[in-house]
Amino acid sequence: MSRHHTSLGLVALLGAALTAPPAAAQLAVRGETVHTMAGTAIADGVVLIGRDGTIERVGPAAEVRIPDGYRTLTAKVVTPGLVDAHTVIGLAGYLNQEDDQDQLERSNAIQPELRAFDAYNARETLVEWVRDFGVTTIHTGHGPGALMSGQTMIAKTRGDDVGEALIDSVTMVAMTLGPEVASNYNGRPGTRSKGIALIRAELVRAEEYARKMAEAEPGKEPARDLKLEVLARVLSGEVPALVTAQRVTEILAALRLQREFGFELVLDGAAESYLVIDEIKAAGVPVILHPTMARHGGTLENATFETARKLRDAGIQVALQSGFEPYVPKTRVVLFEAAMAAAYGVPFEQALAMVTIDAARIIGLADRVGSLERGKDGDIALFDGDPFEHATHVCGVVIEGQVVSERCR
Amino acid sequence: MTQRLLTSCLLLCLVASAPLAAQERARVFRGARIIPITSAPIENGVLVVQGGKIVAVGAEGSVRVPANAEVHDLTGKVVMPGLVDTHSHIGGGDGGDRSAPIHPEVRILDAIDARDNGIQKAQAGGITTVNVMPGSGHLMSGQTAYLKLRDGGTIDDLLFCGDVLTEICGGMKMANGTNPRGAPPFAGTRAKAAAVVRAKFVRAQEYREKVRAAEGDPAKMPARDLEMEALVEVLDGRRMVHFHTHRHDDVLTAVRLSQEFGFRVVLQHVSEAWKVADEIAAAGVPASIIVLDAPGGKLEAMDVDNVNGAALEKAGALVGFHTDDGITDSRFFLRSAGMAVRSGMSREAALYALTMAGARMMDLDDRIGSLEPGKDADFIVLSGDPLSVYTRVEQTWVEGENVFDLADPRDYAFAVGGFRVGGTVSADHHAGMEGHE
Repeated sequence: MSRHHTSLGLVALLGAALTAPPAAAQLAVRGETVHTMAGTAIADGVVLIGRDGTIERVGPAAEVRIPDGYRTLTAKVVTPGLVDAHTVIGLAGYLNQEDDQDQLERSNAIQPELRAFDAYNARETLVEWVRDFGVTTIHTGHGPGALMSGQTMIAKTRGDDVGEALIDSVTMVAMTLGPEVASNYNGRPGTRSKGIALIRAELVRAEEYARKMAEAEPGKEPARDLKLEVLARVLSGEVPALVTAQRVTEILAALRLQREFGFELVLDGAAESYLVIDEIKAAGVPVILHPTMARHGGTLENATFETARKLRDAGIQVALQSGFEPYVPKTRVVLFEAAMAAAYGVPFEQALAMVTIDAARIIGLADRVGSLERGKDGDIALFDGDPFEHATHVCGVVIEGQVVSERCR
Repeated sequence: MTQRLLTSCLLLCLVASAPLAAQERARVFRGARIIPITSAPIENGVLVVQGGKIVAVGAEGSVRVPANAEVHDLTGKVVMPGLVDTHSHIGGGDGGDRSAPIHPEVRILDAIDARDNGIQKAQAGGITTVNVMPGSGHLMSGQTAYLKLRDGGTIDDLLFCGDVLTEICGGMKMANGTNPRGAPPFAGTRAKAAAVVRAKFVRAQEYREKVRAAEGDPAKMPARDLEMEALVEVLDGRRMVHFHTHRHDDVLTAVRLSQEFGFRVVLQHVSEAWKVADEIAAAGVPASIIVLDAPGGKLEAMDVDNVNGAALEKAGALVGFHTDDGITDSRFFLRSAGMAVRSGMSREAALYALTMAGARMMDLDDRIGSLEPGKDADFIVLSGDPLSVYTRVEQTWVEGENVFDLADPRDYAFAVGGFRVGGTVSADHHAGMEGHE
C-alpha cells in the first residue's frame, strides 16, 4: 500500500497554518541496545539525525563516530518512535464531554466525506499523553460506530495546530459492520444484512459516479458529490477502507465486500479473527487488531489475549491499536498493548514491530517512519530498560530530530 | 480441575459450617521464592497447608513437613498471598434502583450470580478475595459483599461470613461527586448531597439512641427499620464504608462526613489523591486506588495520575488497589503494582497494596493478606516476579484447594479468553460502566 502523503492541494488549503516545524538541531542518540526494526538489534548503537530531521546514519558506536556539535542523548534501550495504527485521539477529547467528542457524527450512518483534519485538535491532552510514552505517529480520525463514519489521517504527535501535525490528510475511510451501528442511528439499519446492503448501494453509486466522471466530456461532468468523490478514491484503491469488524460474521462480510468491489481493505478490531485465519490470509488483508487489554464484552466477548500471536504465526500482517474508548480510561497506549501482546506469547521484536514498522506498513507510511534507517524521519523513543516492562520508563521522545519529551514516564 | 465437583458438593452439603473441612491431607509447596508480605521474601521456601489453613512457612530445612503430605515442587516459581481486590463488579450484582438516593438496606449478595465467569477470570488473575460493590449512581447504593473466590455454585459458597442472617457480610457503598447526581429525590449539588447524607446519619444516630435506651426490653425497642439497622452497623464501626470519590474536595468531604459521624471509611478510586495525600494520611483514612493508562473519560477523572500510589505511600497513608472490573480486567490486577512502581511507589508498598492493605480495608487481615501460620491458605503461584509484565499466574489456591491451574485447558481459556469464554456480565459492561468508575 503506497500513497501520496499530504497533497499539495491540501497544503494550499491549510494555508498559513502549515508551517514547517523549527529546524532541528543535529542530534545523536546512543543506546546500549538499539532496536532498528530493520535487521537485528545493535548493541551499543548510535543514530545520527541531521538538521532536516531525517536519519543520517545508524550503526554500532564503534563504527559511527558522533560528529562534533551534535547533542547526544543516551539510553539503555532505543526504539523507533512508536506508531499507533488506529486511534481517535485529537478528535475524541479526554474530557469526554459533548463538545470534545468529534469522532462520530450521528446525523447519518454514511458520511465518508467527513474529513479528519477538519476536527483534529493538535493540543488535545491525550496527544501529549501518548507522545510522552513514545508514540510519535498516530493514524487517527473518525471512529467506529457508523457504516461509514468518515475519513482518517496521519499525524505526528507534535505541533500547535493540525498543519504542524499532519502527515497524511486522507488515509482511509472508516467503516463499521455489525448490529451495534444501529444504536447510534435510532435503530437503523435494523439488521446486519441491511447495513451491508446500504454500504453496497453506496459503493455502486460511487462506481457509477466515477464512470460518469471518467467518460464525461469536459464541462459535462456530473455535479460534484463529496460523498461519492471520496468513495471513488476508495474504489480506485487509492484510499483503503478501514473496516471495523469484530465478529466472524462481520469479518467475513468485510472480506466479501472487498471481493465484490476490489478496494484495499484493512481489517480493524477483528476480535474473532483467530477463528477465520485461513480466510483472512487467503484474502491477503492486514489486521489492525483491537488493544490486547480491551475488555472482553459486547462485540469483543470472544476476544483473547493471544490473537496477535495467532495471526502473526499464520503470517498475517498485524499492527496494534489504542482504539476508541468511550469512558475511563479515555485512551489506551500502544506501548502497553504491545507489552501485553509480548506477555501473551508474541516474541519481543515482533510485538515491537506491531507498534512500529508493521503499523507503519499498514497505514502506508513505512517509507518515513517505523524503523531507524538512513533517510527516514528521526523519530525515536528512549527507554531506561526493557520497553515492555511495567516499571521501565520512557525517558525521551524525539520527533524529526526535535526532543519533544525528556521527563521519565 | 478435578476437585471442582467434589468441592461444590462439599460446600453445598456443609454450607453453614465454614471453615471447610475439605482439605484434610497436608500439602507442601517447596522450592519457590515465597513472598509472605508481612516478612522478608524467602528463597527456596516451603509452605505447608492443611485444613484450609497455613500450617507453616519458612526456608527449606527450617519447616517441619508432615510425613504423608502431598508434595508440590515449585522450583523456579514465586509464591505470594492471593490478591485482594477491594472494589469489583464481577458477579453481575446491583444495588439501589434509583427510587431513592440512599439504600443502606439493599444487599448486593441478593443479586450476585455465583456462576458468572467473571469469578473464574478473577481466579485466573490471582484474586482470591474481592469486595463486590453496587455501583456509584447513588449516594449510598447498598451493602457490599466480601467474597472468597472458592469454587462454588451459590453465593453462600463464596461469602466470607458464615451466616447471612446474623453476620455482617460486607461493607457499605457510598459515593459523592457527579455519579450520584440527579433530580429530586437525588441531590443536584455537592452541598445538597452532603446534607442528604448527614440527615440520614442523624436519623440513624437517633435510632441507635432508642435502641440503647430500650436496654434490651422488646417493648421499648423502636420498630424495626432495615435502613437504620444497617446504618447503625456503620455508625458502630462494624460495617466499613467504601466511599467512591474522585475530586480532591470530594475526597475531603468523604473524610469530613466520616469524622462527623464517626464511621470508618475506605476511600475508593481517589483520582486526585496526589493533591490531598497529606490530608488523607493525617486523617488516618485508607485509600484504594485504581491504576489507569490515561486520564480523562469523565470530568472527575481529568487529573487522575498513577503517581497516587507513590504520593499516598510517601504521606504515610494505607494504600490498596482495585480493578473496578469491568473498568479494568481482573486478569491484569497484578499490573496495578507494576505500574504504580513505575510511577514511584516502592516495591514493598505495591505488593502490600495488592494483598495486606486490602485485607485491612475489609477487616479481614486476621484471615487473609499474608502468608503466616494460622491464616487461610490463599496463595498464588507465579511464573516469575510479580512486578514483571511477562509473569503469569500459573495457579491460584483458596483455602488449600486449587481453584485455577493454567495447565488445565478450561482454566487456560478463562485466563486468556476465547470463543464462548466471554461473559454474560461483561457483555453489557458499557451500559453499566457509568455507575462504576
